[in-house]
Amino acid sequence: MEPLSNRSKKVAQKDMTFTERMYLPAVVQGLTITLKHFFKKKATIQYPEQTRERSSVWRGLHVLKRDEQGAERCTACGLCAVACPAEAITMTAGERKKGEEGLYREEKYAVTYEVNMLRCIFCGLCEEACPKAAIFLQDDKIAPARFERDEFIYGKDRLVEPLKTTETK
Amino acid sequence: MESVDLIYKAIYILVIFGITLLIATYSTYFERKIAAFIQDRVGPNRAGPAGLLQPLADAGKLFFKEDFIPAKSNKALFILGPGIAMLVATMSSAVIPFGDMLMVDGREIWLQAIEVNIGVLYVFGVVSLGVYGLMIGGWASNNKFSLLGAIRAASQNISYELAMGLSLIAVLMMTGSLSLREIAEQQAGFNWNIWYQPLGFVIFLICAFAETNRTPFDLPESEAELIGGYHTEYGSMKLGMYLFAEYINIFVASAVMATLYFGAYNFPFMENLRAAISDPVVANNVVTLVGVAAMFAKIFLFIFFFMWVRWTLPRFRYDQLMKLGWNILIPLAILNILLTGGGIMLKDYLF
Ligand code: SF4
Ligand code: SF4
Repeated sequence: MEPLSNRSKKVAQKDMTFTERMYLPAVVQGLTITLKHFFKKKATIQYPEQTRERSSVWRGLHVLKRDEQGAERCTACGLCAVACPAEAITMTAGERKKGEEGLYREEKYAVTYEVNMLRCIFCGLCEEACPKAAIFLQDDKIAPARFERDEFIYGKDRLVEPLKTTETK
Repeated sequence: MESVDLIYKAIYILVIFGITLLIATYSTYFERKIAAFIQDRVGPNRAGPAGLLQPLADAGKLFFKEDFIPAKSNKALFILGPGIAMLVATMSSAVIPFGDMLMVDGREIWLQAIEVNIGVLYVFGVVSLGVYGLMIGGWASNNKFSLLGAIRAASQNISYELAMGLSLIAVLMMTGSLSLREIAEQQAGFNWNIWYQPLGFVIFLICAFAETNRTPFDLPESEAELIGGYHTEYGSMKLGMYLFAEYINIFVASAVMATLYFGAYNFPFMENLRAAISDPVVANNVVTLVGVAAMFAKIFLFIFFFMWVRWTLPRFRYDQLMKLGWNILIPLAILNILLTGGGIMLKDYLF
């Protein structure tokens, strides 16, 4: 058949030379390669004792921030839930009562706030959407493996930043 | 035979048996370690210091697994298969001379369980019985993959035994004896057979890989094509027995290769060491004990080599395996016999 273009390449299987057909040189070559790897530095990270160094922009477990006075910053506007591509965030809003000014920064606050860590893809869009700088993904914590699915739904008890750290800072 | 001799033999056999099992147990550990190291990992290191208790954990796991027998299998043979594999594997170390002679209280103690004048034939006879374990187990499982694996094991062993035997004949022509102890004695010092039989050794080595069903010739149990070959249906300690038998076979093959080609318990400068110690009894015992250490060092090197190759080379295709065995190794082995014969004639003629 006439070739349509002259770009087609003729390929042919090359006959192996005698040394190639003996295989043993190739086998020895392979053995030296594996022996080199035998003495190489190992790539293993002994996980529970060592952890892999994470980059500074690593997106890990969420935290709900408090402000300088220790009041929760979140105002339950729901923008994070809207922004979330995985629909991992749910919340119920409530009105701040008198005398709770020290607890919640805004008049409206999140009574419950839940992130489903099985749905979350740790994209970080929630932290970008938040107008109050209330939610952040930490770079040093991850959501660890658990036995029950319920345990992956993180409520406020596990998300809100503990008071102590704000005091010391 | 005196009763003291009998007791000594019994103790010796038990010790060898124990050592064989210990080495097989720890081969599983070192197999994983070596695999890991070759792949830039660290391998098992959680059970005990440096993972040294891993084999115990594995054995415990295998013992507590459900001992499952498939409904349509031939139950008696299904149980017999691993038993034969294990029995035959442990039998073959009986004639291997692990050391020379120890002098205790003026009594000569030979570090060899049984001295038979056909030691080589015994080893080969027993080792080739090992394929019955695989055949019976694979057939009794009543599973196509098992049967395929068993058939492959049988035909592979038969094919490679020929080349192995032929390469051995060249050694026997040189030593003129079938007794493993005599073959060992003739290689005193550094006068090892490997210097005279390099080609024979390479053939023997390749055949040993095929006989022990190790990569690149592990076609009877190739996981990718046969799910595990003859032991597809096996679980629990019966599977453990098969795997164990494989490691014992490696140990025995290493010991045989060390004996036939690498001077068994002989090591360089052993006569200098013997001459350096004035008391002849002490000298003899020291040389013998160092010899035992040398023998085990050689065996461990071979075991390492088996594992090293396993994690380097891919598996052969079945037709390639048969072609290599029949078209290449057997003619080469015959050529080796001719060369050896010519060499012996030449030597007689010249000296
Ligand atoms: S990180 Fe992404 S997926 Fe996870 S909760 Fe925030 S927006 Fe949703
Ligand atoms: S975390 Fe931010 S975006 Fe989400 S509800 Fe609270 S204030 Fe709004």
